[in-house]
This record gives sequence, structure tokens and C-alpha cells, in this order.
Amino acid sequence: MSHAVVVKGAVKKFGNFVALNGVNLEIKPGEFFTLLGPSGCGKTTLLRMIAGFNEVDGGEIYFDETLINHVEAHKRDIGMVFQNYAIFPHLTVAENVAYGLKAKKEPKHEIEKRVDEALELVQIKQLKNRRPNQLSGGQQQRVALARAFVIEPSVLLMDEPLSNLDAKLRVQMRTIIKKLQRRLGITTIYVTHDQEEALAISDRIAVMKEGNIMQVGSPDHIYKKPENTFVAGFIGVSNFIECVVRGADPDQAELEIKGGEILKTKLRVPYTGNGVISARPEQLFFDESQGIPGTITLSTFLGDFIEYEIELADGRILQLNEYTKDTHAVRPDGQTVKVKFDTGAVSVYHADTMEVISC
Amino acid sequence: MLNKRKLDFWFWIKALVICFMLVFLIYPFCTLITRSFFQAKVPGFTLANYVRFFTKKYYYSALGRSLQVSIITTCTTMIVGVPMAYILTRYNVWGKKLIHIFIIMSLMSPPFIGAYSWITLFGRAGLVTKYFENNLGILLPSIYGKLGIILVFTFKLFPYVYLYTSGAMGSIDTSLEEAAENLGSNRRRRLFTVTIPVIIPSILAGAVMVFMTSLADFGTPMLIGEGYMVLPVLVYNEYMSEIGGNAHLASALSVIVVLCSMMVLLVQKYYVSRKNYVMTAMRPPQEIQLRGWKRIITSLPVYLVTLIGILPQIVVVVSSFVKCDFTGFQKGFSLDSYRTIFNRLATNIRNTFTFSSVAIVFIVIIGMLISYIVVRHKGWFAQVMDLLIMFPFVIPGAVLGISLIVAFNKKPLILTGTAFIMIIAFIVRKLPYTVRSGSAFLHQMDPSVEEASINLGVSPMKTFFKVTARLMAPGILSGAILSWITCINELSSSVMLYSGKTSTISVAIYTEVVRNSYGTAAALASILTVSTVISLLVFLKVSKGKVSVV
Repeated sequence: MSHAVVVKGAVKKFGNFVALNGVNLEIKPGEFFTLLGPSGCGKTTLLRMIAGFNEVDGGEIYFDETLINHVEAHKRDIGMVFQNYAIFPHLTVAENVAYGLKAKKEPKHEIEKRVDEALELVQIKQLKNRRPNQLSGGQQQRVALARAFVIEPSVLLMDEPLSNLDAKLRVQMRTIIKKLQRRLGITTIYVTHDQEEALAISDRIAVMKEGNIMQVGSPDHIYKKPENTFVAGFIGVSNFIECVVRGADPDQAELEIKGGEILKTKLRVPYTGNGVISARPEQLFFDESQGIPGTITLSTFLGDFIEYEIELADGRILQLNEYTKDTHAVRPDGQTVKVKFDTGAVSVYHADTMEVISC
Repeated sequence: MLNKRKLDFWFWIKALVICFMLVFLIYPFCTLITRSFFQAKVPGFTLANYVRFFTKKYYYSALGRSLQVSIITTCTTMIVGVPMAYILTRYNVWGKKLIHIFIIMSLMSPPFIGAYSWITLFGRAGLVTKYFENNLGILLPSIYGKLGIILVFTFKLFPYVYLYTSGAMGSIDTSLEEAAENLGSNRRRRLFTVTIPVIIPSILAGAVMVFMTSLADFGTPMLIGEGYMVLPVLVYNEYMSEIGGNAHLASALSVIVVLCSMMVLLVQKYYVSRKNYVMTAMRPPQEIQLRGWKRIITSLPVYLVTLIGILPQIVVVVSSFVKCDFTGFQKGFSLDSYRTIFNRLATNIRNTFTFSSVAIVFIVIIGMLISYIVVRHKGWFAQVMDLLIMFPFVIPGAVLGISLIVAFNKKPLILTGTAFIMIIAFIVRKLPYTVRSGSAFLHQMDPSVEEASINLGVSPMKTFFKVTARLMAPGILSGAILSWITCINELSSSVMLYSGKTSTISVAIYTEVVRNSYGTAAALASILTVSTVISLLVFLKVSKGKVSVV
């Protein structure tokens, strides 16, 4: 049975350094949940707390309604895939996968059956009797995966499992992991610093920074509606443009961008003061008649789209993407252009708190 | 809240280990220090022993001699060891692998066997001396005294410098030297401006080992030094002196010896911590291919040094088959020496191997647990352990022997004269080899392998035995073989601790040489040498070059 994992006010300190600063999370049964953030944000710390390898300095962790703070690591019924795979070098592939089942004292024929099934699922049945030192990185990864889910854990933890693989294999493995997780329906908590990987693989993502959760949501939601400038900048590429917000009436708010452009938008609450607009490169477009004036300093043709670097009059740089199918020719460097926003799609943030104020 | 069972298991292990250390290392050594501040039959705390040491020429000149011998030896070993390392790592000398093994052998051979062999060849009744005297009418200069000690030490200890230096030479990335060349340095300039400065910390580490070993060694100066009294010999004499040994003064002397070697160690630690170049060679340097006479000229000195290095072993084995009576070696071969030792000294042979075997069992168990604690459990306890475990390296065997005697020759625990105390000395003194090798192995092992096992439902204690211990096994085994080799060859602590029933081979060799009974000494020494060589070959096979002997 898959468990829900509930984290309430989790705190972890290493000496004076606060690695986790009161984190709250509710992970649903069977969900593929990703902790995403730059290195040092506390994501691995949290994962290791759930696994039982880090002590909990404050707060509570529950599997369903059971408090597990003081349950020993080997009694938590968790599968874990480690960053460096942690394959037992003295055991064969099959023995590695059977290790957890033997610890559970499953009958011998049952162990054999389940090991075979698991190896089949990760497509390495033919490597059954190999030693770990005869395996490639990708193969070791599959062994680690099979070893973790074969014990049918109620929660599966993965600590940057793909970071040691080359780019092509990474994409291949993440598809395998995703399909496997769907099929087995195990609650999975996945740690990564790679935002593309997180977007591709997760049901929901928690973006973390310096021991705090910045936003929790589906990949689609996090990408489109970042709740603060950190998430906007960390997930995908964002252009940040300072503006003055005049929104006494939140439904009729005006954004005035330096250089004269005025946009209309809706706010969550009334606000007047300084703000920051964040716009994805694909939410900017060229306009022949009006917009913020600038000069193309670098155009890069990338196949399905063209990436433009545009320098504005005050020296700021914007990135604008134009789909190849929507255009006839690549604009040359040095061309003067006018840039407009897709007003409905951009987000607006409070200049001081950096929290979102647009709808 | 800590994981409860984990706390239980490791808590008891730590408690046991610390108890062992407290009882058999810290307590004896503290007793020794305390003793040095008291005098027999005079109540109260006193500095008299130290005052006596620093005012009487008889005593303080021993310190001077010791330092003199150690410093000269350190220099001569560097002069021999560094070029050996350079030539063997950089040039295509014939049979370099074999030479490497021979050099390790000469290091691991029983220390006093070097002295003994040189005496057999060049001593008063030596084979070479007699040959020159009888056939050529030439009187060779005496081998006894300072010259002999330094000679024996140089060829016995240069392997330390050689091993450390060649290890460092092998880990210099070629690009470093190529960069120097690229910036316009010729080969010689490159050697002195880049290569040598970079490996100096390693050379010094080797030199410190030489210094400490030569300062602590008892057997060599005792046998070949004759009147040349160095500190360990003085300690021994002071304690063993038949006209009432003075344990208090001997204690004070011991403290002085330990202070000397600790000082050197600290200086080296300080220097190395400031100048430690961590390197991992992506491309180790290529061997320079010499041809014809150049290759011969380069190889010859290497062969010569190696030959002198292993000469003692050869001499010992050969002379053990030479006919012999109380006047010295005679013409012709016989097995008499072996017959004698198996009749008269069988106990010693049995003792050496039983004591060492028992000690090794404990060394393996304690060593494995300690290396795990030192590497995996951070925190004050691990650090204290790490320091404590290396402490026996600084304490000369004779000093450890005395400290065990002064601690355990009275109630509540009387152990002197027992086999137990001999074994304890072996364990305490030889444990560091196993711990060092085991922890080196563990350092390379990712902790997540253990976590994976715990995570799969195996308790930490079971994980230790099912996974960790298994993976550490090669490291522990290699270290244990080194511990074993040094156990069977141990003299300096045994000579303080033995009684009639617990005498070992090393002690017997020493007493036989003192009695001029060279044939039996040679036979006994051969047994040790052969055991050592076999153990060493097993070590090389097991460690596959991953564990250094130093």
C-alpha cells in the first residue's frame, strides 16, 4: 500500500547552519513528487530525514497517520535510489536485488520470482549474474531501481538518480522511471536540481531555496504561474523588468514600464508602488508600430525557434524567442526592434517581497 | 533523538574500545609519567630524575648520541632513497617490480637481523674480516659503534624514504612537468623547481619515519653499537641493570624519548599541513626509455643498493646452514643449528607464533571496529580515537614495555611475566597498521552503500557485518598481515616483558648473539626471515598494490 507522506514544520540544523527551516508538505498516496532546488537548498536533507538517515531536529514526519520521527531507518519500509547507485560491489545483480527480500525473510522461490520480474521491468534480466564492476552507469542505475522497488515499499525515495548519466541516457531513464512509477503506483519522492527533469517527470513539484519551500504545484502551474521571482527565475528562463504599478482598482491596474510603455492587467489585491514584471522569452514578441525600443545583439537559430538577445536603451538585456514556423527569416544582429508583452500571460511581483501580485 | 539500536550497538563497542585503550595504553603511560616524578625510598614529588639526566654526562650524552645517529641516518637514507625512487619511477630499469619487492622486504625484515648479519660478515669473528685477515693480511676497520649503527640503519630504513617518494612521484600529473617544460625549463631545472618541491612533503614524511624508527630502535645499537650507548639502550640498561634497576630513572628516560619523537612528528605535521599538495594523476609520468650502456649505468647503482638492502636476509639464511661451534663459523655445511634450536628453543618458536596469532585475532576485530568508528563516526570520540591509535607509533617498544611493567607489576592486576602481557604489547603496538589500512579502504567506500542496506530493512549492526565488514576485508587483511609481520619480529617490547616461559624467537636471537652462539641465532633468524618473506608475498597478493606498507 502506498502511503501519504506528511511533513509538518521540519527543521534541520547542522551546527549553526539551518538546512531546513520549518518545511510543510503533504504528498498524496501514489503521487510522483519532486523536491527541486539549487544545491544547498535542503532538498537532499529533507529526503534523508524521510529515509531516516538524518535526525529530525524539529517538526514531525508522518506516513499516513503514523508518526515516523523515531522509527529506525531499517524499519520504515522505504525504497531508496542513491545518487551514486550504492550497488553492493560484492554481490551479483540478482543478489543485489534480492538483498531486501532476504532481509524480509521471504521464501526462496518467491524471492527468485520477484527478482526476475523486477529485472524484467527494468530490462536487464540478461545481466542477472553479472558483477557490478561489469556494468555501465545506466545498467547500475537500473539495478538500483529494481533493488528499491522490488521490496514493494510504501514510499520510494530517489536522490538525484540520473545526475551521473550522460544526457541521452538521462532522458531515456527518466521515461522508464516515470512509466514504472505509474504502473506500480508507489508514492515517490524525487530530488533533483535539474528543472527540466523535474518538469518532465513529476506530478507535483516543490521548489526549495535555502531551507524553505518557495512554491508547490504541478509542473504546468509552476512554469506558468510562478509565485515569486525566485521560482520564475529558477524554472525556465524569465525576463525581469522593473515597473510602477498603479492598481487602486485591482481589476483595472496599470503597469508603467520605464521607457513609456503602459500595460493593463488584473491584480489579486489593490496595490500601488514599485513592481517587477516577469515574462518568459516566448511571452515577448516583436511589434512594428509600438513597444519598448531595443537592438538585437545576438540571434541564435536553434531549429524550432530562434533566440534573440535584445539590449534596451538603458543597457538591460531581454531574451525573446520566436518560433521558426511563425516567421520568415532570422533577424540580423544590430537591427533595431520594438518589443511587446503578452499582457495576459506575464506575472507581476511586489518589488520588496518578490511575491506575486498579479492574478 | 538518536536511532536507539544504533546507539546501543556502537555505544557498547565504543565503550569497550575506550576501556581497552584506557587500561592498556593510557593508564600504563600515565603511570610511567607519574613514576618519573618520584624516587624509590624518597617520599613526595621530585624532579630529581630529570635533574640527574640533564646534569650527568653519562645520561645526557646518550640523548646527544641518539639524536646524532638519528639525524645522520635521516640524511643518509634520503641520499639513498630519493635517487632510488627517482630512477625506479622514471627509467626503464630491468626487473623494477622485483626490485620494489626486495626493497619492501628489506624494510619488513626483523630490524636486528641487519645488525646481526653485518656482524656475521664484518664483525670481529666475521666471515669477511677473517678472510681478509687470514688470506690477505689486512685488518678491516671495526664495524662496531656509531659507524655500524648508521650503516645498518641506512640500508634498513632507506625504504621508508623510497616508498613515500616513489608514491608521490607516481602521482605527479605529467602535465605539471610539461607545463614547466612549456614555460622554458630544461629537464634539470624542472626537476629542481617543480618535481622535487612538489614531492618534498612526501620525502619529509618518509624522513620522519626514519628518524622516529632509528631513535626508537633498540636491537641494532644493542648488538652492533657495543659501547656506543644510545637512549633506548640506556633505558634498557637502567631498568635491567643487575645491581638494582632504577624504574624511576628509566621512566624519566622513557618520557624524554617519547617527547623527542613527538616533537619531530609535530614539526612534520605542521609543515605538511601548510604544504600539502593534493594531487591525483590523470596521466602519471611516462617512463623514460634508456638504451644500451646508459640503461646499464642507470640500473647498476639501483641493483647495488637493493643487494646491500637484502644482504642481511641472504647472509642469515646461508649462515644458518654453516657448520658452527662456540668459536664461530667453520668450514662446511650442516643442519646442526636447526637441530639445536628445535631441541633447546622450541618453546620460543611456539611462543612467537601463538602469541602473534592470538594478537592478530584481536587486532583484526578491534582494528576493524576502530577504523569504522574513526572514518564513519565524526565527532570528538572519533578524533580522540584517531589520535590514540597512532600514539603507539611514537612510543618506542622498550618504553611501552616499561610502561606495561610499571603499571601491571602490582595489585590489583599483576600481569608481568605472563603470556598475556606479551600479547597485549603486540596488540597495542601493531594495531595501527591494521587500522590505517582498514580506514584507508573505508575512506574510498561510499557511505550510501551501507545506507542502501539499512534502507532495505537490515539493521545497522547486521549491515556492518553483512556489507561493511565484507567490503573492508581486503584492507583489514592487508593491514593484518603487516601487523603479523611486525608481531613475529617484535623485539624491543618483548625484551623488556619476557620471562623464561614466554620468551620469543626475537628475544632468543638477541640472547644467542650476546652469547656468541651465532649458528643458532642464524637458524632462528632464518625462520623469522622466511616467515616474513612468505607473509609479505601473501600481503602483496592480497593488497594488489592498493595498501602501502608504510
